[in-house]
Amino acid sequence: MSPNQQQDLPGQRLVLGPDAPLRLDCGVDLAPVTIAYQTYGSMNADKSNAILICHALTGDHYVADPNPVTGKPGWWIDLVGPGKILDTDRYFLICSNVLGGCMGSTGPMDINPETGQPWCLNFPVITIADMVRAQVRLVDHFGIDKLFSVIGGSMGGMQALEWASRYPDRVFSAVPIATAARHSAQNIAFAEVGRQAILADPDFMDGDYPLHDTKPSRGLAVARMAAHITYLSEAALHRKFGRNLQGRDTITYGFGADFQVESYLRHQGSTFVDRFDANSYLYITRAMDYFDLAADHGGQLANAFRGTKVRFCIISFTSDWLFPTPESRAIVHALNAVAANVSFVEVESDKGHDAFLLDEPEFHATLSGFLEGAAEHRGLPRKDGI
Amino acid sequence: MNHPSMRIDLQLIADMIEPGSRVLDVGCGEGVLLDYLNRFKQVDGRGVELSMAGVRSAVAHGLSVIQGDADTDLKDYPSGAFDYVVLSQTLQATRNPKLVLRDLLRIGRRAVVSFPNFGYWKVRLGLLATGRMPVTSTLTYQWYDTPNIHFCTIADFVALCAEEGIEVEKSLSLNSDGTVRFDAGGRLSNWLSEQAVFLLKKA
Repeated sequence: MSPNQQQDLPGQRLVLGPDAPLRLDCGVDLAPVTIAYQTYGSMNADKSNAILICHALTGDHYVADPNPVTGKPGWWIDLVGPGKILDTDRYFLICSNVLGGCMGSTGPMDINPETGQPWCLNFPVITIADMVRAQVRLVDHFGIDKLFSVIGGSMGGMQALEWASRYPDRVFSAVPIATAARHSAQNIAFAEVGRQAILADPDFMDGDYPLHDTKPSRGLAVARMAAHITYLSEAALHRKFGRNLQGRDTITYGFGADFQVESYLRHQGSTFVDRFDANSYLYITRAMDYFDLAADHGGQLANAFRGTKVRFCIISFTSDWLFPTPESRAIVHALNAVAANVSFVEVESDKGHDAFLLDEPEFHATLSGFLEGAAEHRGLPRKDGI
Repeated sequence: MNHPSMRIDLQLIADMIEPGSRVLDVGCGEGVLLDYLNRFKQVDGRGVELSMAGVRSAVAHGLSVIQGDADTDLKDYPSGAFDYVVLSQTLQATRNPKLVLRDLLRIGRRAVVSFPNFGYWKVRLGLLATGRMPVTSTLTYQWYDTPNIHFCTIADFVALCAEEGIEVEKSLSLNSDGTVRFDAGGRLSNWLSEQAVFLLKKA
């Protein structure tokens, strides 16, 4: 997608002008900054019913709308809507495309005002904290002092943790799902494989491919294929595909997509490149690699939450090997160490990391119960309107 | 959650807790006591439960509960973080009851502990008469599938408290017919009581 196409995307935008630059962790003052976002439901009189939803690495702010590029339903359509768990009749939901993204918020494909050319790899390296800084500006824009909740899975969960840690007075509750307080060595390793696939594509051209009207599609597709495997589980892959052959009765003694699982991955890769920018992929995976909440607090994760009044609900999934349960448990231990208010559920699922995006009744019951309890403590009306 | 059916020992525990206090319920199950305390005593309540099924049910009911183990996870909590730490019908299932008891009174200003009394006359008589491990209405497991690995009698528990310098502020014991006796430390209690509830404090 080109910058021009990006501007045609539906949804709302907040522009931070040169008078209000975003101070990034790397020291750069970034301006102008566009934050593309969607909202659902309406704000109550005292602005106490706002929930910020944070999307994952390749997600976007089209939580409950058809995706304008793929036409597919919103990624959390199961959860967001009237009468649903994230009830648009009761809550004001906000989701913004992350800083560095490619769905309308400022990222490497935007024009660098100093050169008049796309930023490409001259875009400053951003962090999870920077993404959250941009969200803070958006929340300020709405005049919201305190979010009722910040909810996110995977990288979205990192943002929820960052919010709760850095802005504890502005968050009533936080729900970090299938996430970790730091990217593990294994996660960094997976991310690096993806980046190297992009960098190795001759069409990458040191990141300047937008200037040459080309795209490192093969590299980005391989990055997506490798990453996609980490989002599933062995059991899920086996159930879905087994060793079934793709449109043939016998193996071909060649390197075509003999197996259904190969065909599936190739499809995942090839459709991904239509909706995602390779440079954005580099920047956002890097932001995840750099995330280490304990390191930001003298090596003690508990220090990130000392004195916190935030109500936490930590959720993990048994078959998630990208953000396995011990990562969530480490967060729980740190929260216990400061006597924080925390719930923690490990949901039994064989669907791997992606379970947080899927229909998992136990996960939904947990999220619903937690939010109902939190709403009661926040003084928000209950589900039946009482 | 259905409170009228709350276990009688839970009701006795609830009665010992001051309204508005901070409570940690270790081994909270599905959170029946916590839910009661939240609603009727406005406590700031948290729970720890070993079984994930219990945790899921509690959290789905809006309670702040985590999956955890009394033997290993209490060490994370800071000293004096709670007004009360409750351990109901769980002490006998821990690997190291003495250390757990110490942790309860480190984390909480007070601890409320309930446990089945192995000195109950039916238990004593059962073992004496049949030569088989006792199975009663409060001790429902067979020896091979019981989670209860550290049984004690009321007299044992009182002795441990004395040894650990723990003051018994209040103690209640329960007969099988639900009769409450108001001094579990009394000599008859150890014979007549099926279970006991102790309110403890560091001496």
